[in-house]
Amino acid sequence: MKKGRLKQVLLITDGCSNQGEDPSAVAALAKEQGIAVNVIGVVNEDQTADGGIQEVEDIALAGGGISQIVQTKQLSQTVQMVTRQAMTQTIQGVINQELQQILGDQDSMDDLPPEKRGQVMEVVDELGETVNLEVCILVDTSASMEKKLPTVHEALLDLSISLNSRMGSNQFCLYTFPGKRKPIDKLLSWTPKIDSISNVFSKLASGGITPTGPALKEALKSFDKRPRRDFVEDDDAFIEES
Amino acid sequence: MKMTTPLSKNRSIHFSPGSIIMGKWHQKQYQIIKPLGYGARGTVFLANSEKGRVALKFGFDNSGVTSEVNVLNKFSKVQGEPLGPSLYDVDDWVTKKGTYSFYAMEYINGIPLMDCIKVRGFEWAIVFLLQLLKDLGRLHEAGWVFGDLKPDNLVVTGPPLKIRWLDVGGTTMLGRSIKEYTEFFDRGYWGFGTRKAEPSYDLFSATMIIVNAADGYQLKKGQHPEKQLTQHILQHKKLAPYSEVLIKALYGKYATAEDMRKALLPKLNETHTKERRNTNVKPIRRKNKKKEWKGPMILASVILLAYVLYVTLFIM
Repeated sequence: MKKGRLKQVLLITDGCSNQGEDPSAVAALAKEQGIAVNVIGVVNEDQTADGGIQEVEDIALAGGGISQIVQTKQLSQTVQMVTRQAMTQTIQGVINQELQQILGDQDSMDDLPPEKRGQVMEVVDELGETVNLEVCILVDTSASMEKKLPTVHEALLDLSISLNSRMGSNQFCLYTFPGKRKPIDKLLSWTPKIDSISNVFSKLASGGITPTGPALKEALKSFDKRPRRDFVEDDDAFIEES
Repeated sequence: MKMTTPLSKNRSIHFSPGSIIMGKWHQKQYQIIKPLGYGARGTVFLANSEKGRVALKFGFDNSGVTSEVNVLNKFSKVQGEPLGPSLYDVDDWVTKKGTYSFYAMEYINGIPLMDCIKVRGFEWAIVFLLQLLKDLGRLHEAGWVFGDLKPDNLVVTGPPLKIRWLDVGGTTMLGRSIKEYTEFFDRGYWGFGTRKAEPSYDLFSATMIIVNAADGYQLKKGQHPEKQLTQHILQHKKLAPYSEVLIKALYGKYATAEDMRKALLPKLNETHTKERRNTNVKPIRRKNKKKEWKGPMILASVILLAYVLYVTLFIM
Protein backbone atom coordinates (compact mmCIF):
# COMPACT_ATOMS: atom_id res chain seq x y z
CA MET A 1 0.00 0.00 0.00
CA LYS A 2 1.46 3.34 -1.00
CA LYS A 3 1.84 5.97 1.64
CA GLY A 4 -0.11 9.09 0.91
CA ARG A 5 -0.46 12.37 2.69
CA LEU A 6 -3.29 13.67 4.77
CA LYS A 7 -4.40 17.24 4.48
CA GLN A 8 -6.12 19.00 7.34
CA VAL A 9 -7.20 22.48 8.26
CA LEU A 10 -7.29 23.18 11.98
CA LEU A 11 -9.51 26.13 12.75
CA ILE A 12 -9.35 27.58 16.26
CA THR A 13 -12.05 30.13 16.96
CA ASP A 14 -14.35 31.31 19.71
CA GLY A 15 -17.50 32.37 18.02
CA CYS A 16 -19.69 33.38 15.18
CA SER A 17 -18.49 34.47 11.83
CA ASN A 18 -20.10 37.66 10.63
CA GLN A 19 -18.59 38.46 7.29
CA GLY A 20 -18.32 36.85 3.88
CA GLU A 21 -19.48 33.48 2.65
CA ASP A 22 -20.84 30.69 4.81
CA PRO A 23 -17.89 28.88 6.41
CA SER A 24 -19.75 25.55 6.20
CA ALA A 25 -19.99 25.92 2.42
CA VAL A 26 -16.27 26.59 2.21
CA ALA A 27 -15.63 23.59 4.44
CA ALA A 28 -17.72 21.40 2.14
CA LEU A 29 -15.61 22.68 -0.74
CA ALA A 30 -12.47 21.68 1.17
CA LYS A 31 -13.84 18.19 1.70
CA GLU A 32 -14.36 17.84 -2.03
CA GLN A 33 -10.67 18.58 -2.49
CA GLY A 34 -9.67 15.92 0.02
CA ILE A 35 -8.95 18.35 2.83
CA ALA A 36 -10.55 17.68 6.20
CA VAL A 37 -11.60 20.70 8.24
CA ASN A 38 -11.34 20.33 12.02
CA VAL A 39 -12.73 23.03 14.26
CA ILE A 40 -11.95 23.74 17.89
CA GLY A 41 -14.30 26.16 19.62
CA VAL A 42 -12.60 27.80 22.58
CA VAL A 43 -15.14 28.97 25.14
CA ASN A 44 -14.97 30.72 28.48
CA GLU A 45 -15.98 28.78 31.53
CA ASP A 46 -19.21 30.71 31.87
CA GLN A 47 -20.12 30.36 28.21
CA THR A 48 -22.95 27.99 27.37
CA ALA A 49 -24.27 26.61 24.13
CA ASP A 50 -25.10 29.30 21.62
CA GLY A 51 -24.94 30.01 17.91
CA GLY A 52 -21.16 30.10 17.90
CA ILE A 53 -20.95 26.54 19.13
CA GLN A 54 -23.47 25.35 16.55
CA GLU A 55 -21.38 26.94 13.84
CA VAL A 56 -18.27 25.13 15.06
CA GLU A 57 -20.03 21.78 14.71
CA ASP A 58 -21.55 22.63 11.34
CA ILE A 59 -18.23 23.60 9.80
CA ALA A 60 -16.52 20.38 10.90
CA LEU A 61 -19.46 18.26 9.77
CA ALA A 62 -19.44 19.87 6.34
CA GLY A 63 -15.66 19.65 6.18
CA GLY A 64 -15.50 15.94 7.00
CA GLY A 65 -13.50 16.73 10.13
CA ILE A 66 -13.94 16.70 13.85
CA SER A 67 -15.16 19.45 16.12
CA GLN A 68 -14.67 19.95 19.80
CA ILE A 69 -15.82 22.66 22.16
CA VAL A 70 -13.27 23.22 24.84
CA GLN A 71 -12.51 25.52 27.73
CA THR A 72 -9.29 27.43 27.36
CA LYS A 73 -7.34 25.44 29.95
CA GLN A 74 -7.99 22.09 28.26
CA LEU A 75 -6.92 23.31 24.86
CA SER A 76 -3.54 21.58 24.57
CA GLN A 77 -4.76 18.02 24.88
CA THR A 78 -7.78 18.73 22.71
CA VAL A 79 -5.76 20.08 19.81
CA GLN A 80 -3.58 16.97 19.56
CA MET A 81 -6.54 14.64 20.16
CA VAL A 82 -8.68 16.23 17.45
CA THR A 83 -5.82 16.15 14.96
CA ARG A 84 -5.16 12.49 15.68
CA GLN A 85 -8.82 11.47 15.63
CA ALA A 86 -9.34 13.26 12.35
CA MET A 87 -6.42 11.37 10.84
CA THR A 88 -7.88 8.06 12.00
CA GLN A 89 -11.29 9.05 10.67
CA THR A 90 -9.95 9.95 7.26
CA ILE A 91 -7.89 6.78 7.02
CA GLN A 92 -10.86 4.69 8.11
CA GLY A 93 -13.01 6.39 5.51
CA VAL A 94 -10.55 5.43 2.79
CA ILE A 95 -10.22 1.88 4.09
CA ASN A 96 -13.99 1.53 4.24
CA GLN A 97 -14.16 2.51 0.59
CA GLU A 98 -11.54 -0.07 -0.28
CA LEU A 99 -13.39 -2.68 1.75
CA GLN A 100 -16.60 -1.94 -0.08
CA GLN A 101 -14.87 -2.46 -3.37
CA ILE A 102 -13.55 -5.80 -2.19
CA LEU A 103 -16.47 -7.07 -0.15
CA GLY A 104 -19.45 -5.49 -1.84
CA ASP A 105 -21.70 -2.53 -1.19
CA GLN A 106 -22.91 -3.23 2.27
CA ASP A 107 -19.75 -3.87 4.16
CA SER A 108 -17.73 -1.36 6.10
CA MET A 109 -15.20 -1.95 8.82
CA ASP A 110 -17.92 -1.93 11.46
CA ASP A 111 -19.74 -4.80 9.77
CA LEU A 112 -16.75 -7.11 10.01
CA PRO A 113 -16.51 -9.64 12.82
CA PRO A 114 -14.42 -8.32 15.74
CA GLU A 115 -11.40 -10.47 14.89
CA LYS A 116 -11.14 -9.16 11.33
CA ARG A 117 -11.84 -5.64 12.56
CA GLY A 118 -8.78 -5.92 14.78
CA GLN A 119 -6.60 -6.68 11.79
CA VAL A 120 -8.00 -3.75 9.84
CA MET A 121 -7.44 -1.48 12.84
CA GLU A 122 -3.78 -2.44 12.91
CA VAL A 123 -3.48 -1.23 9.35
CA VAL A 124 -5.27 2.01 10.29
CA ASP A 125 -2.90 2.54 13.23
CA GLU A 126 0.10 1.82 11.06
CA LEU A 127 -1.01 4.29 8.41
CA GLY A 128 -1.83 6.94 11.00
CA GLU A 129 1.67 6.63 12.34
CA THR A 130 3.54 6.69 9.08
CA VAL A 131 1.43 8.84 6.75
CA ASN A 132 2.73 12.29 5.88
CA LEU A 133 0.58 15.00 7.39
CA GLU A 134 -0.08 18.56 6.36
CA VAL A 135 -1.88 20.80 8.80
CA CYS A 136 -2.88 24.32 7.94
CA ILE A 137 -3.62 26.06 11.24
CA LEU A 138 -6.02 28.96 11.15
CA VAL A 139 -6.37 31.00 14.33
CA ASP A 140 -9.09 33.52 15.06
CA THR A 141 -7.34 36.57 16.52
CA SER A 142 -10.35 38.83 16.75
CA ALA A 143 -10.50 40.96 19.90
CA SER A 144 -12.48 38.46 21.96
CA MET A 145 -9.72 35.89 21.56
CA GLU A 146 -7.05 38.09 23.11
CA LYS A 147 -6.85 36.41 26.50
CA LYS A 148 -6.92 32.95 24.97
CA LEU A 149 -4.00 33.44 22.60
CA PRO A 150 -1.18 32.53 25.01
CA THR A 151 -2.93 29.19 25.57
CA VAL A 152 -3.44 28.72 21.83
CA HIS A 153 0.27 29.32 21.39
CA GLU A 154 1.10 26.72 24.03
CA ALA A 155 -1.35 24.24 22.52
CA LEU A 156 0.28 24.57 19.10
CA LEU A 157 3.75 23.95 20.53
CA ASP A 158 2.29 20.92 22.25
CA LEU A 159 0.78 19.71 18.97
CA SER A 160 4.20 19.97 17.40
CA ILE A 161 5.67 17.73 20.15
CA SER A 162 2.98 15.11 19.51
CA LEU A 163 3.12 15.11 15.75
CA ASN A 164 6.88 15.25 15.53
CA SER A 165 7.00 12.09 17.67
CA ARG A 166 5.30 10.25 14.79
CA MET A 167 7.24 8.29 12.21
CA GLY A 168 5.67 10.11 9.27
CA SER A 169 6.69 13.60 8.27
CA ASN A 170 4.71 16.72 9.13
CA GLN A 171 4.25 20.09 7.53
CA PHE A 172 2.55 23.00 9.25
CA CYS A 173 1.55 26.44 8.17
CA LEU A 174 -0.07 29.10 10.27
CA TYR A 175 -2.54 31.84 9.42
CA THR A 176 -4.47 34.27 11.56
CA PHE A 177 -7.66 36.10 10.74
CA PRO A 178 -8.93 38.76 10.31
CA GLY A 179 -5.85 40.04 8.50
CA LYS A 180 -4.86 43.65 8.17
CA ARG A 181 -6.06 44.21 4.64
CA LYS A 182 -6.88 40.68 3.52
CA PRO A 183 -9.10 38.06 5.14
CA ILE A 184 -6.04 36.34 6.61
CA ASP A 185 -2.40 37.03 7.44
CA LYS A 186 0.26 34.42 6.95
CA LEU A 187 2.46 33.97 10.02
CA LEU A 188 4.33 30.88 8.97
CA SER A 189 4.65 29.15 5.61
CA TRP A 190 5.00 25.38 5.32
CA THR A 191 7.57 24.10 7.76
CA PRO A 192 8.14 20.82 9.60
CA LYS A 193 8.33 22.59 12.98
CA ILE A 194 6.09 25.09 14.68
CA ASP A 195 8.63 25.88 17.36
CA SER A 196 9.35 29.13 15.61
CA ILE A 197 6.06 30.84 16.39
CA SER A 198 7.01 32.58 19.62
CA ASN A 199 5.36 35.97 19.87
CA VAL A 200 3.61 35.68 16.55
CA PHE A 201 0.28 36.37 18.16
CA SER A 202 1.31 39.79 19.37
CA LYS A 203 -0.35 41.60 16.49
CA LEU A 204 -4.00 41.54 17.35
CA ALA A 205 -6.79 42.71 15.17
CA SER A 206 -9.32 44.93 16.82
CA GLY A 207 -12.90 45.44 15.79
CA GLY A 208 -15.76 43.04 15.59
CA ILE A 209 -15.36 41.36 12.24
CA THR A 210 -14.85 37.63 12.03
CA PRO A 211 -14.65 36.62 8.36
CA THR A 212 -14.37 32.88 9.00
CA GLY A 213 -15.60 31.83 5.56
CA PRO A 214 -13.25 33.99 3.47
CA ALA A 215 -10.38 33.16 5.83
CA LEU A 216 -10.97 29.44 5.38
CA LYS A 217 -11.11 29.90 1.62
CA GLU A 218 -7.77 31.66 1.60
CA ALA A 219 -6.26 29.00 3.86
CA LEU A 220 -7.25 26.25 1.40
CA LYS A 221 -5.07 27.88 -1.24
CA SER A 222 -2.05 27.26 0.95
CA PHE A 223 -2.16 23.57 0.03
CA ASP A 224 -1.26 24.48 -3.54
CA LYS A 225 1.79 26.38 -2.37
CA ARG A 226 3.13 23.48 -0.40
CA PRO A 227 6.79 22.72 -1.10
CA ARG A 228 7.26 19.44 -2.88
CA ARG A 229 10.79 18.57 -1.90
CA ASP A 230 9.84 16.74 1.28
CA PHE A 231 7.76 14.21 -0.51
CA VAL A 232 8.36 11.45 -2.94
CA GLU A 233 7.57 12.17 -6.56
CA ASP A 234 4.58 9.90 -6.98
CA ASP A 235 2.76 10.88 -3.83
CA ASP A 236 -0.61 11.12 -5.49
CA ALA A 237 -1.61 8.18 -3.35
CA PHE A 238 -5.07 7.02 -2.61
CA ILE A 239 -5.61 9.08 0.49
CA GLU A 240 -5.76 12.29 -1.46
CA GLU A 241 -8.57 10.99 -3.56
CA SER A 242 -10.82 10.33 -0.61
CA MET B 1 -20.93 5.01 2.26
CA LYS B 2 -23.02 2.89 4.51
CA MET B 3 -21.93 2.65 8.09
CA THR B 4 -23.46 0.81 10.99
CA THR B 5 -25.59 3.34 12.85
CA PRO B 6 -22.94 5.37 14.58
CA LEU B 7 -23.30 6.42 18.18
CA SER B 8 -22.96 10.11 18.62
CA LYS B 9 -19.65 11.07 20.12
CA ASN B 10 -19.23 12.12 23.73
CA ARG B 11 -22.41 10.39 24.56
CA SER B 12 -22.31 8.67 27.88
CA ILE B 13 -23.38 5.05 28.05
CA HIS B 14 -25.79 4.09 30.80
CA PHE B 15 -27.30 0.66 31.39
CA SER B 16 -29.37 -0.02 34.45
CA PRO B 17 -28.47 -2.91 36.75
CA GLY B 18 -30.06 -6.12 35.52
CA SER B 19 -29.86 -5.21 31.82
CA ILE B 20 -29.10 -8.20 29.64
CA ILE B 21 -26.41 -7.76 27.01
CA MET B 22 -26.30 -10.22 24.14
CA GLY B 23 -23.37 -10.41 21.74
CA LYS B 24 -24.14 -10.41 18.01
CA TRP B 25 -21.20 -12.56 16.91
CA HIS B 26 -20.50 -14.96 19.76
CA GLN B 27 -23.98 -15.11 21.32
CA LYS B 28 -22.67 -14.77 24.85
CA GLN B 29 -24.92 -13.23 27.44
CA TYR B 30 -24.08 -10.78 30.20
CA GLN B 31 -26.11 -9.19 32.98
CA ILE B 32 -25.09 -5.74 34.19
CA ILE B 33 -24.47 -5.46 37.93
CA LYS B 34 -23.25 -1.88 38.23
CA PRO B 35 -21.07 0.71 36.53
CA LEU B 36 -17.40 0.67 37.58
CA GLY B 37 -16.21 3.82 35.89
CA TYR B 38 -16.94 6.42 33.26
CA GLY B 39 -13.91 7.29 31.14
CA ALA B 40 -13.07 9.54 28.25
CA ARG B 41 -13.38 6.66 25.80
CA GLY B 42 -16.15 4.58 27.27
CA THR B 43 -17.85 3.09 30.28
CA VAL B 44 -16.89 -0.01 32.25
CA PHE B 45 -19.53 -2.15 33.95
CA LEU B 46 -19.34 -5.03 36.34
CA ALA B 47 -21.40 -7.89 34.93
CA ASN B 48 -22.28 -11.51 35.48
CA SER B 49 -21.44 -14.00 32.77
CA GLU B 50 -21.20 -17.75 32.42
CA LYS B 51 -17.59 -17.35 33.55
CA GLY B 52 -18.57 -15.47 36.68
CA ARG B 53 -17.97 -11.78 37.28
CA VAL B 54 -16.37 -9.87 34.45
CA ALA B 55 -15.70 -6.25 33.55
CA LEU B 56 -17.50 -5.13 30.38
CA LYS B 57 -16.14 -2.15 28.54
CA PHE B 58 -18.35 -0.25 26.11
CA GLY B 59 -16.56 2.27 23.92
CA PHE B 60 -17.90 5.44 22.37
CA ASP B 61 -16.47 4.38 19.04
CA ASN B 62 -15.60 1.07 17.44
CA SER B 63 -12.04 1.95 16.62
CA GLY B 64 -11.23 2.67 20.25
CA VAL B 65 -12.60 -0.68 21.39
CA THR B 66 -10.82 -2.49 18.58
CA SER B 67 -7.48 -0.84 19.44
CA GLU B 68 -7.80 -1.80 23.09
CA VAL B 69 -8.70 -5.36 22.22
CA ASN B 70 -5.64 -5.54 19.98
CA VAL B 71 -3.49 -4.44 22.91
CA LEU B 72 -5.05 -6.93 25.33
CA ASN B 73 -4.46 -9.69 22.79
CA LYS B 74 -0.79 -8.71 22.60
CA PHE B 75 -0.54 -8.66 26.40
CA SER B 76 -1.82 -12.20 26.62
CA LYS B 77 1.13 -13.34 24.52
CA VAL B 78 3.72 -12.02 26.99
CA GLN B 79 5.10 -14.87 29.06
CA GLY B 80 4.75 -15.11 32.81
CA GLU B 81 2.24 -13.47 35.11
CA PRO B 82 -0.51 -11.65 33.22
CA LEU B 83 0.36 -7.99 32.60
CA GLY B 84 -3.08 -6.52 32.15
CA PRO B 85 -6.58 -7.90 32.63
CA SER B 86 -7.21 -11.11 30.68
CA LEU B 87 -9.46 -10.72 27.66
CA TYR B 88 -12.49 -13.04 27.48
CA ASP B 89 -14.73 -11.87 24.65
CA VAL B 90 -15.16 -9.17 22.01
CA ASP B 91 -18.55 -8.49 20.47
CA ASP B 92 -21.20 -6.02 19.34
CA TRP B 93 -24.53 -5.47 21.01
CA VAL B 94 -27.20 -4.43 18.54
CA THR B 95 -29.98 -2.33 20.03
CA LYS B 96 -32.68 -0.15 18.54
CA LYS B 97 -30.62 2.91 19.43
CA GLY B 98 -27.52 1.67 17.67
CA THR B 99 -24.70 -0.80 17.87
CA TYR B 100 -22.41 -0.84 20.88
CA SER B 101 -18.98 -2.42 20.60
CA PHE B 102 -17.76 -4.00 23.80
CA TYR B 103 -15.33 -6.45 25.26
CA ALA B 104 -15.37 -8.60 28.37
CA MET B 105 -12.27 -8.87 30.51
CA GLU B 106 -11.11 -10.09 33.88
CA TYR B 107 -12.58 -8.09 36.74
CA ILE B 108 -9.65 -6.90 38.84
CA ASN B 109 -11.00 -6.10 42.27
CA GLY B 110 -8.45 -3.87 43.92
CA ILE B 111 -7.91 -0.64 45.79
CA PRO B 112 -7.02 2.49 43.82
CA LEU B 113 -3.25 3.02 44.04
CA MET B 114 -3.35 6.43 45.71
CA ASP B 115 -5.84 5.31 48.37
CA CYS B 116 -3.64 2.38 49.20
CA ILE B 117 -0.52 4.53 49.58
CA LYS B 118 -2.42 7.05 51.70
CA VAL B 119 -3.49 4.34 54.12
CA ARG B 120 -0.32 2.29 54.24
CA GLY B 121 2.34 4.95 53.99
CA PHE B 122 4.77 6.27 51.42
CA GLU B 123 7.27 3.41 51.81
CA TRP B 124 4.77 1.31 49.92
CA ALA B 125 4.87 3.73 47.00
CA ILE B 126 8.49 2.76 46.45
CA VAL B 127 7.65 -0.94 46.75
CA PHE B 128 4.91 -0.49 44.14
CA LEU B 129 7.36 1.40 41.93
CA LEU B 130 9.72 -1.58 42.05
CA GLN B 131 6.87 -3.94 41.12
CA LEU B 132 5.78 -1.58 38.36
CA LEU B 133 9.30 -1.37 36.94
CA LYS B 134 9.51 -5.15 36.79
CA ASP B 135 6.27 -5.37 34.80
CA LEU B 136 7.24 -2.45 32.58
CA GLY B 137 10.51 -4.20 31.79
CA ARG B 138 8.61 -7.24 30.54
CA LEU B 139 6.24 -5.08 28.50
CA HIS B 140 9.11 -3.14 26.90
CA GLU B 141 10.90 -6.35 26.05
CA ALA B 142 7.78 -7.53 24.28
CA GLY B 143 7.98 -4.39 22.12
CA TRP B 144 5.38 -2.15 23.79
CA VAL B 145 5.22 1.03 25.82
CA PHE B 146 2.38 1.57 28.30
CA GLY B 147 1.87 5.23 27.44
CA ASP B 148 -0.86 6.58 29.65
CA LEU B 149 0.67 5.45 32.95
CA LYS B 150 -1.12 7.15 35.86
CA PRO B 151 -2.67 6.25 39.22
CA ASP B 152 -6.16 6.00 37.69
CA ASN B 153 -4.96 3.13 35.54
CA LEU B 154 -3.44 1.21 38.46
CA VAL B 155 -4.92 -0.75 41.34
CA VAL B 156 -3.47 -2.73 44.19
CA THR B 157 -4.70 -6.28 44.74
CA GLY B 158 -3.87 -8.71 47.50
CA PRO B 159 -2.51 -9.39 50.08
CA PRO B 160 0.22 -9.99 49.11
CA LEU B 161 -0.05 -6.47 47.79
CA LYS B 162 0.60 -6.28 44.08
CA ILE B 163 0.17 -3.41 41.66
CA ARG B 164 -1.96 -4.28 38.63
CA TRP B 165 -2.78 -2.51 35.38
CA LEU B 166 -6.41 -1.70 34.75
CA ASP B 167 -6.65 0.32 31.58
CA VAL B 168 -4.25 -0.53 28.80
CA GLY B 169 -5.82 1.65 26.11
CA GLY B 170 -2.76 3.87 25.74
CA THR B 171 -0.33 1.06 25.02
CA THR B 172 1.72 1.87 21.94
CA MET B 173 4.18 -0.08 19.83
CA LEU B 174 7.84 0.85 20.47
CA GLY B 175 9.03 3.61 18.17
CA ARG B 176 5.60 5.01 17.37
CA SER B 177 4.07 8.10 18.95
CA ILE B 178 2.22 7.88 22.26
CA LYS B 179 -1.51 7.50 21.56
CA GLU B 180 -2.89 8.78 24.83
CA TYR B 181 -1.46 10.61 27.77
CA THR B 182 -2.41 12.62 30.82
CA GLU B 183 -0.67 15.96 31.15
CA PHE B 184 0.77 15.63 34.64
CA PHE B 185 2.39 12.28 33.80
CA ASP B 186 3.45 13.26 30.28
CA ARG B 187 7.08 13.94 29.42
CA GLY B 188 6.14 16.33 26.63
CA TYR B 189 3.96 18.46 28.88
CA TRP B 190 6.80 19.06 31.33
CA GLY B 191 9.30 19.76 28.56
CA PHE B 192 11.47 16.74 29.28
CA GLY B 193 11.32 15.24 25.81
CA THR B 194 9.25 13.85 22.99
CA ARG B 195 6.15 11.68 22.92
CA LYS B 196 7.96 8.87 21.18
CA ALA B 197 7.05 5.46 22.57
CA GLU B 198 10.29 4.34 24.20
CA PRO B 199 10.99 2.79 27.62
CA SER B 200 12.15 6.12 29.07
CA TYR B 201 8.71 7.62 28.36
CA ASP B 202 7.11 5.15 30.79
CA LEU B 203 9.91 5.68 33.32
CA PHE B 204 9.13 9.41 33.34
CA SER B 205 5.44 8.69 34.06
CA ALA B 206 6.33 6.17 36.76
CA THR B 207 8.49 8.81 38.44
CA MET B 208 5.66 11.35 38.29
CA ILE B 209 3.38 8.83 39.98
CA ILE B 210 5.83 8.78 42.90
CA VAL B 211 5.97 12.59 42.96
CA ASN B 212 2.18 12.65 42.98
CA ALA B 213 2.06 10.06 45.78
CA ALA B 214 4.56 11.99 47.92
CA ASP B 215 2.61 15.23 47.60
CA GLY B 216 -0.88 13.82 47.73
CA TYR B 217 -1.83 16.35 45.06
CA GLN B 218 -0.67 17.23 41.55
CA LEU B 219 1.95 19.93 41.40
CA LYS B 220 1.05 22.85 39.11
CA LYS B 221 3.41 23.44 36.22
CA GLY B 222 5.27 26.74 36.54
CA GLN B 223 7.26 28.92 34.18
CA HIS B 224 10.39 26.75 34.32
CA PRO B 225 9.07 23.21 34.63
CA GLU B 226 12.44 21.49 34.34
CA LYS B 227 14.02 23.39 37.24
CA GLN B 228 10.77 23.30 39.17
CA LEU B 229 10.52 19.50 39.11
CA THR B 230 14.12 18.77 39.98
CA GLN B 231 14.09 21.30 42.84
CA HIS B 232 10.83 19.90 44.09
CA ILE B 233 12.27 16.39 44.27
CA LEU B 234 15.52 17.51 45.91
CA GLN B 235 13.72 19.49 48.59
CA HIS B 236 10.97 17.02 49.33
CA LYS B 237 11.44 15.10 52.56
CA LYS B 238 9.94 11.89 51.15
CA LEU B 239 11.53 12.13 47.71
CA ALA B 240 15.03 13.37 48.57
CA PRO B 241 16.41 9.91 49.52
CA TYR B 242 15.57 8.70 46.00
CA SER B 243 16.23 12.00 44.23
CA GLU B 244 19.27 10.79 42.31
CA VAL B 245 17.32 7.95 40.68
CA LEU B 246 14.10 9.91 40.21
CA ILE B 247 15.80 12.86 38.51
CA LYS B 248 17.83 10.59 36.25
CA ALA B 249 14.57 8.88 35.28
CA LEU B 250 12.96 12.22 34.44
CA TYR B 251 15.84 13.01 32.11
CA GLY B 252 15.54 9.63 30.41
CA LYS B 253 18.95 8.44 31.60
CA TYR B 254 17.80 4.88 32.15
CA ALA B 255 17.59 2.86 28.95
CA THR B 256 15.50 0.12 30.55
CA ALA B 257 13.11 -0.29 33.46
CA GLU B 258 15.50 -2.87 34.90
CA ASP B 259 18.32 -0.29 35.00
CA MET B 260 16.15 2.05 37.02
CA ARG B 261 15.05 -0.76 39.30
CA LYS B 262 18.63 -1.77 39.96
CA ALA B 263 19.58 1.81 40.77
CA LEU B 264 16.62 2.20 43.09
CA LEU B 265 17.13 -0.92 45.22
CA PRO B 266 20.26 0.22 47.10
CA LYS B 267 18.55 3.55 47.87
CA LEU B 268 15.69 1.70 49.43
CA ASN B 269 17.97 -0.08 51.85
CA GLU B 270 19.77 3.11 52.83
CA THR B 271 16.70 4.95 54.03
CA HIS B 272 15.06 4.52 57.38
CA THR B 273 11.66 5.71 58.28
CA LYS B 274 11.71 7.32 61.68
CA GLU B 275 8.09 8.26 61.68
CA ARG B 276 5.84 6.19 63.83
CA ARG B 277 3.72 3.82 61.89
CA ASN B 278 0.09 4.02 62.70
CA THR B 279 -1.23 2.15 59.74
CA ASN B 280 -0.96 -1.31 58.27
CA VAL B 281 -1.33 -3.04 61.63
CA LYS B 282 -4.26 -2.33 63.86
CA PRO B 283 -3.42 0.49 66.25
CA ILE B 284 -2.22 -0.98 69.51
CA ARG B 285 -4.53 0.03 72.26
CA ARG B 286 -2.50 1.09 75.23
CA LYS B 287 -4.26 0.31 78.40
CA ASN B 288 -1.39 1.08 80.68
CA LYS B 289 0.26 4.31 79.70
CA LYS B 290 3.02 3.93 82.22
CA LYS B 291 4.28 0.75 80.67
CA GLU B 292 8.00 0.68 80.02
CA TRP B 293 8.96 2.17 76.66
CA LYS B 294 11.51 -0.53 75.93
CA GLY B 295 8.79 -2.97 74.85
CA PRO B 296 7.52 -0.93 71.91
CA MET B 297 11.11 -0.05 70.99
CA ILE B 298 12.01 -3.73 70.67
CA LEU B 299 8.79 -4.36 68.78
CA ALA B 300 9.57 -1.50 66.42
CA SER B 301 13.05 -2.77 65.70
CA VAL B 302 11.70 -6.27 65.10
CA ILE B 303 9.13 -4.91 62.65
CA LEU B 304 11.81 -2.84 60.92
CA LEU B 305 14.09 -5.87 60.68
CA ALA B 306 11.28 -8.00 59.35
CA TYR B 307 10.45 -5.32 56.79
CA VAL B 308 14.07 -5.04 55.63
CA LEU B 309 14.25 -8.83 55.40
CA TYR B 310 11.01 -8.89 53.43
CA VAL B 311 12.32 -6.31 51.03
CA THR B 312 15.67 -8.05 50.56
CA LEU B 313 14.17 -11.49 50.16
CA PHE B 314 11.08 -10.85 48.12
CA ILE B 315 11.74 -7.75 46.14
CA MET B 316 15.36 -8.39 45.28
